Amino acid sequence: MNIHEYQAKEIFRKYNVAVPNSKVAFSVDEAVQAAEELGSDVSVVKAQIHAGGRGKAGGVKIAKSLDEVRQHADDILGKTLVTHQTGPEGKEVKRLLIEEGCDIQKEYYIGVVLDRATSRVVMMGSEEGGTEIEEVAAETPEKIFKEVIDPVTGLTPFQARRLAFNINIPDELLGKAVKFMLSLYQVFVEKDCSIAEINPLVTTGDGEVLALDAKLNFDDNALFRQKDVLEYRDLDEEDEKEIEASKYDLSYVALDGNIGCMVNGAGLAMATMDIIKHSGGEPANFLDVGGGATAEKVTEAFKIILSDDNVEGILVNIFGGIMKCDVIAEGVVEATKQIGLEIPLVVRLEGTNVELGKKILDESGLNITSAESMQDAAEKIVSLVK
Amino acid sequence: MSVFINKDTKVLVQGITGGTAKFHTKQMLEYGTNIVAGVTPKKGGTEVEGVPVYNTVQDAVDATGANASVIYVPAPFAADAIMEAVDAEMDLVICITEHIPVLDMVKVKRYMEGKKTRLVGPNCPGVITPDECKIGIMPGYIHKKGHIGVVSRSGTLTYEAVHQLSEEGFGQSTAVGIGGDPVNGTNFIDVLKAFNEDPETHAVMMIGEIGGTAEEEAAEWIKENMTKPVVGFIGGATAPPGKRMGHAGAIISGGKGTAEEKQRIMRECGIKVAETPAVMGETMIEVLKEHDLVEKTKTH
Repeated sequence: MNIHEYQAKEIFRKYNVAVPNSKVAFSVDEAVQAAEELGSDVSVVKAQIHAGGRGKAGGVKIAKSLDEVRQHADDILGKTLVTHQTGPEGKEVKRLLIEEGCDIQKEYYIGVVLDRATSRVVMMGSEEGGTEIEEVAAETPEKIFKEVIDPVTGLTPFQARRLAFNINIPDELLGKAVKFMLSLYQVFVEKDCSIAEINPLVTTGDGEVLALDAKLNFDDNALFRQKDVLEYRDLDEEDEKEIEASKYDLSYVALDGNIGCMVNGAGLAMATMDIIKHSGGEPANFLDVGGGATAEKVTEAFKIILSDDNVEGILVNIFGGIMKCDVIAEGVVEATKQIGLEIPLVVRLEGTNVELGKKILDESGLNITSAESMQDAAEKIVSLVK
Repeated sequence: MSVFINKDTKVLVQGITGGTAKFHTKQMLEYGTNIVAGVTPKKGGTEVEGVPVYNTVQDAVDATGANASVIYVPAPFAADAIMEAVDAEMDLVICITEHIPVLDMVKVKRYMEGKKTRLVGPNCPGVITPDECKIGIMPGYIHKKGHIGVVSRSGTLTYEAVHQLSEEGFGQSTAVGIGGDPVNGTNFIDVLKAFNEDPETHAVMMIGEIGGTAEEEAAEWIKENMTKPVVGFIGGATAPPGKRMGHAGAIISGGKGTAEEKQRIMRECGIKVAETPAVMGETMIEVLKEHDLVEKTKTH
């Protein structure tokens, strides 16, 4: 799960991770009022969307007066920002962060991530702040320093010091930088983050070490014990179909194609998308109905697939293991009747009770095309939507 | 021969009184798995499908000599269940549970350092040695006893591969699901090593997917060490970057972990990669022909 920058900074304040003073605003008037209350000579108006690259897209503006705050807020609120992370359709700005300006001396990068190769949390630092870390990694990998963290001790002060020295934090700010890193690690583990990224971390003219930007992602599997984080969820930032799918415990990801797919199991679902593409079609989604799909779940899955206007045909690919093919077939028939399906539907069933399942589909009198294998299924649906 | 489990494996089911566990305990018993005990705190002294239930793993091990555990405990408590089994010095722990918080698994991995237990999973279908022992949730009947080792990050995609192999008359020595999570116990290389040393395994099918670099590392290992042919498949060539594709570990992040890159490195390391999931079995047969292993490997 993602949250907004202003929300991440609220969490940071609770953990004494230093951030500039700021306030969130949902309207132009609120933005002006926020700037007035902050009372700084310079303030920054920042678009709050769940995507990076806001600055380049015109979503971050510096204001030197309240009038300028009003003007920038008016420009940015309601605007659709297109960045390298939003996709071509962009994202509409509905919230602003009004932040006091600060006298930046130098920009750094600090990130905390899970390192899959070592099964450990790793803190990374670089003095190339402000640029995408992937770019730094590709062009000057020697400028990225890593500390692998033992979960028993957590990040130790010596590791934080070493990282601070490596990225050339000035000696007089070492203490503040170390405190910042230790607190940031605390946020990461206590809040079950999957990514905590500060880009840039800045040192200021008045001797502060601050998170100028803040990106926090959370482990979805741990949200059951992070109720306060869950309250930060902003449904405006998520795909409607994905929200609907999550209500029924369906794993769904929207794609750009026209062939909807419904599959059991994540690996088989990905492979089904792949074979559609390989056969000359374009998948419209990833959808894993899970192991215990019921008729109700199948119906909901169909509704979600069909709510995508681009979908011109559906491929159902089920490898019935513990889940029986006849149960799935009944679900498909019932869903088709309920929804009144008007586009081609190809069903490939394999596994437990497959013959019974096929019989149910054949005798339903519905316009369902049966397929014998994954290859057959993919070819059939691709030719039917052409 | 086989890897990790065989007819002598004495299995313990953790969380045996839960609905899913009960169902699969019955399925495993019907397959012929030697299930000797179950564990659910405060349910000690009861029975599930005729299997005695104990309060703690240690009690169950002391009473029955169980040496492998399978975990169906709900995600919030699953990491603790793994550590309990490790503490009781089980040889093997197979964790089926999905959705375990990843930082819990980071702690589990640290806890397991220097301990004897092998962990398979979490978020996996389990391990099966056909006709001998089935531990997990896979449909037993699609498997045939034979000589192809199967290792995979996915459940149903493994069934697809196994089905294709069995249909063509190529049984399996053992099929191991290592799971779809970013932090797991046994990795590809651990299983490949075991297959390489197993005289009954003549070739290996390795099924990976997008995310992480486990397939790349395994490919390098294969190039240096593997004496048996390996066929590969990578799921998720059409997956968009930055999106989790069902499995917690199936995500392309920072341009890393794409199917294209994995396939390229696997090919460079001498692994034949199936173009589509429909030809995993066919590709294996081609490779067996190239190595003159068809006769030796075919089971019926």
